[in-house]
Amino acid sequence: MRARLGRWSVPILFAVLCLSGILVAKITPSFLLGEMMVRVGRNSVLVMALLIPILAGLGLNFGIVIGAMAGQAAAILIVHWKLAGIVGFGAAWLLATPIAILLGVATGILFNRAKGREMVTGLIAGFFANGLYQLVFLFALGSLIPFHDPDMLLPQGNGLRNTIDLTGIQYAIDDLVRVQIPVEGRMLRVPVVTYAVVAGFCVFTVLFLRTRLGQQLRAMGQDDHVAAIAGIPVERNRIIATVLSTVFASWGQLLFLQNIGTLNTYNSHEQVGMFAIAALLVSGATVSHATVAQALLGTVLFHTLFVVSPLAGKALAGDAQIGEYFRVFVAYAVITVALVLHAWQAKKGKRTA
Amino acid sequence: MDPGGSGPGGGGAPVLELRDIGKEYEGVRVVKGVSLAIPAGEIHALLGENGAGKSTLMNILFGMPVIQETGGYTGEILLDGRPVRFRSPGEAIAAGIGMVHQEFMLLPGFRIAENIKLNREPSRRNLLSRVLGSGLERLDVRRMREDARRALDRVGLGIDEWLPVAGLPVGHMQFVEIAREVDKEQLRALIFDEPTAVLTETEAERLLETMRAFARSGVAVLFITHRLEEVRAIADRATVLRDGEVVGVVDPKTTSVVRIAEMMVGRPAGPTAGRRQLPAGGEAAMTIEHLRVDMPGEPVLDVSLVVRRGEILGIGGLAGQGKIGIANGVMGLYPASGRVALDGREFPLNRPREALERGLAFVSEDRRGVGLLGEESVELNIALSALEAQGRFLRPFPVPALRPLDPRALRAHADAMIRDLDIRTTGPAQQVRRLSGGNQQKVCLARAMTLRPKLLFVSEPTRGIDVGAKARVLEILTRLNREEGVTLVLTSSELAELRALCDRVAIIYRGRVETILPPDAPDAAFGLAMAGEEQAA
Amino acid sequence: MTIRLPAAVREFGLPRILIAAFLVALFAVAIATHMSFAILLTDCIARVARNGILVLALLPAIQGGLGLNFGLPIGIICGLIGCVISLNFGVHGVAGVALAMGVGVALAVPVGAAYGWLLNRTRGQEMMVGTYLGFALVSGMSIFWLLAPFRNPTLVWAIGGKGLRTTLALTGIYDRVLDRWLQFDVAGVTIPTGALLAFLGLCFLVWLFFRTRMGITIAAARSNPRFALAAGISDERTRIQASVLTTVLGAVGIVVYSQSFGFVQLYTAPLLMAFPAIACILIGGATVTRATIAHVIIGTLLFQSILTTALPVTSQVIEGDISETARLIIQNGMILYALTRFGK
Repeated sequence: MRARLGRWSVPILFAVLCLSGILVAKITPSFLLGEMMVRVGRNSVLVMALLIPILAGLGLNFGIVIGAMAGQAAAILIVHWKLAGIVGFGAAWLLATPIAILLGVATGILFNRAKGREMVTGLIAGFFANGLYQLVFLFALGSLIPFHDPDMLLPQGNGLRNTIDLTGIQYAIDDLVRVQIPVEGRMLRVPVVTYAVVAGFCVFTVLFLRTRLGQQLRAMGQDDHVAAIAGIPVERNRIIATVLSTVFASWGQLLFLQNIGTLNTYNSHEQVGMFAIAALLVSGATVSHATVAQALLGTVLFHTLFVVSPLAGKALAGDAQIGEYFRVFVAYAVITVALVLHAWQAKKGKRTA
Repeated sequence: MDPGGSGPGGGGAPVLELRDIGKEYEGVRVVKGVSLAIPAGEIHALLGENGAGKSTLMNILFGMPVIQETGGYTGEILLDGRPVRFRSPGEAIAAGIGMVHQEFMLLPGFRIAENIKLNREPSRRNLLSRVLGSGLERLDVRRMREDARRALDRVGLGIDEWLPVAGLPVGHMQFVEIAREVDKEQLRALIFDEPTAVLTETEAERLLETMRAFARSGVAVLFITHRLEEVRAIADRATVLRDGEVVGVVDPKTTSVVRIAEMMVGRPAGPTAGRRQLPAGGEAAMTIEHLRVDMPGEPVLDVSLVVRRGEILGIGGLAGQGKIGIANGVMGLYPASGRVALDGREFPLNRPREALERGLAFVSEDRRGVGLLGEESVELNIALSALEAQGRFLRPFPVPALRPLDPRALRAHADAMIRDLDIRTTGPAQQVRRLSGGNQQKVCLARAMTLRPKLLFVSEPTRGIDVGAKARVLEILTRLNREEGVTLVLTSSELAELRALCDRVAIIYRGRVETILPPDAPDAAFGLAMAGEEQAA
Repeated sequence: MTIRLPAAVREFGLPRILIAAFLVALFAVAIATHMSFAILLTDCIARVARNGILVLALLPAIQGGLGLNFGLPIGIICGLIGCVISLNFGVHGVAGVALAMGVGVALAVPVGAAYGWLLNRTRGQEMMVGTYLGFALVSGMSIFWLLAPFRNPTLVWAIGGKGLRTTLALTGIYDRVLDRWLQFDVAGVTIPTGALLAFLGLCFLVWLFFRTRMGITIAAARSNPRFALAAGISDERTRIQASVLTTVLGAVGIVVYSQSFGFVQLYTAPLLMAFPAIACILIGGATVTRATIAHVIIGTLLFQSILTTALPVTSQVIEGDISETARLIIQNGMILYALTRFGK
């Protein structure tokens, strides 16, 4: 009973926080609904990319930033090739996948070499990859790598501009099937296909758990020594789990970008990991246990707070800045608390064993 | 059958055969030329003290990664006459080797059926699996449950196969492990690693029955245990290991338990040296009453002992009976309860610092784990306990915690110790991990001596060190006792050592003192005591 | 390992060799392009003096068994509060720096103890917990800076009169007061004597500390907790001591950094400050479990030299500022390398 209450305490606390924010800032349901429709659609896949590594005992994959970079690389290329619409998006999707697989394998090997420290390794690997990403797109492109596209390059002829216009593929998925519902006099746009994709991911993840590989990963998540003794190729499977996560993150980032419509070449990916992880944890998921339902619930709650807190900050203190600091604080604090609880319980478990 | 024979194979061709298996860890040979052969249907017991090489042998046989990572092994394993060399447990399982592990290899969060079928799940092909490989085949839960049900019924466990493993009684967990092996159709050889340690008597009986059933179905069974009576009850033959070598192969039905126990701990080595007559009922240095110690693998249940001032008290017994736990409990390294008095005054348990301050010292059996700071210098290792507990080797400073080290005093003391104990080192600044085992042990002794203890516990002082160093270490201990008047409590798996050095030897059996013998008691008395048959005799 | 490298190379570590080679290449280009060596060297030394103590702060954490202290911002925040308080009272000169340090240290002791207590309860995840605790604290403090009841008009935003500014200029207060103490020039190279002495002096004190009873105990408990238990040492206590020390040094380090830099940077500035410091000590040869004063000094010298020379040198060859990118790659590559080698 207490355990059950404990599991729900985090999401309940968050719901209360969101609700009071809504009341303070007097946010209308239609505004909130509109915002959430957009945000949940474009962010859920990134959050779901975290599930498989958690299942396999790798913890929170802070390395999904690397997947996001793969997605962005693909987006940059299709803009250069002037592909647009659903064709452009499809091309980006196809292009992102092999890049993400390669990077995922590399990350997975790294995780195997840093067993027990996957999370901090993933975090640093993300920073490291960011350096390489800058090296390629800010310096090599146009100088070492032949690339001629004055619209995309900085005036000096090498290095991409800070923003890349993605209007070519904007709403390629969101508006593939156009549905608009009138709510309180406003037209609410429903990105049907985006939600179908999200649903597809949910179904895939659930079904994946019931496959032989899924069962192996779950076993590893519980105790990789026992799994190894049962003959499960633990190291290989850990790489597979990392690759899946990285690939999903690249797709998730593309889905995100097609909604936003512009690419902040050097910033769009930076906080992907942090926000996705915070969103997942807000649902009460932990470093070692998370479900599809929690991924969805967490996305809704976290992004509600994201929308609400600057408005509430403005209403309360007359300063939106406070709200913005507050939501960043909440994201970090949620992750910290989850990590502390995880390590705390792991230690307790060891003691009683 | 070939009762008492030492030749390979009793009846028919062996299913499992080990030929001249050898293994080194960091230059230490832990398994030396072990050969054994088990024909179909035989139950073969493997006996030996802790550190005799049993678990290394099992790791080799089961393809555990730790073997590969530490340089592999030498020799040959044959399964049904074909040479095999497993690089992972997966390969061993596929070839038909099963293992019931001492620590349960079960996933608590999985259901019983999921555990039984782990990595051998029946599954159905689908569109994705045809493209991306069998990993994406869908689990066939119904067949998993059916298979598990059948296996559970065969080991006589009537519980629901869909229950989670977490929360099951340990006895049931053991049988779930066995059911997993029952379910393997390709099983050729099955290893039981101390399976009855956690079972009640009726459960143990049922387990032995299950083992016989395995044997009847033509599986070669290898049974590792400390319980000699079980070996007698069930094993067709028994191989005894000591120090990584085969000491002998016996027929347990015709060989006495005493003889087997002796083989495990070694024969007494000639007449005891330097034995003297201590006044009977001398003054008590320490009295231990109803000591209980929760030390995993060496639990002490209820030990009462009196250590007399000036004596060398030996503590012996077979592995797992609790002899190691006594010193660890008194010194506060493992949770202990009971009453202990030192020099007639109450002595608090579970307070390692207090133990040192009251004049006790301990040379641990776990030299690398507890005994040494491998990366630090010889001199610091020697001085550290005294520096910490008694504030020695420090220069004056108003704040006691911030008193700086006195390098000259440290060096002088280390030099003296190195000379006294004949520690072979390039100098006091050498890293301790670069020393040989024997010299590391001397450093441990030097540290304990630096504390100037009144009572010194020494556990397994000669384990894993070469013959020359062994003699030297024993000599140091004797000198310490005779010349410095330090009361010694010496715990050892080597009976010969205890009998050579000690004034009295307490034999521990199942966490209790079985008996206390004089060192010149007949061999048979020691054998019986260690086998727990003192009362019966 | 697939490629067998010579033992000496393996001992030193391939990344360290690459980094040293990179630095040599930078200097070679600098010579070839006739850059002013005096200016480069002046910059290098100034940055070593400025950053050194923050690097030194990591040493007690490693020696105490806490690993790489990604939670360095926790100590930094304490130091920043000290700076802000001393500025609010308008204390100038060395007294101002001393007051900032005093307040910072006074805060850092209890905060460090609490941090250590938490790390004891989250054993095995110290680095991750430290990272995010640092992040959370920095972002939480951002709200505090915005709402804090400081009224000194030189500190708060000109408009509205509420909330601290993001950077507080120290010009005329205690800008470079340590650096300028006994400052002198040799062959055109300026030596910031005071700040350099502060760094080296603290290095010496920390070295001395690890030769006292407490210091030896801390290192012994890290090296073998079970040994420590047998010697009657509680490693929970030594870990808290290490945590206090690392936090205190972090607080002192940021005060020295700020006076040398000439600005106190608030809000998100401390967020990523642990990472370059960690890279320094690793480049110097430290591992996740072992570090020495030599590692601190050599590492700071190497890494800060690269950061100083990379920008002016590469800007002669490549369009754009590659130094930030190089910093990201070197810094995080070095940390990754250390993480994958830890425990082997």
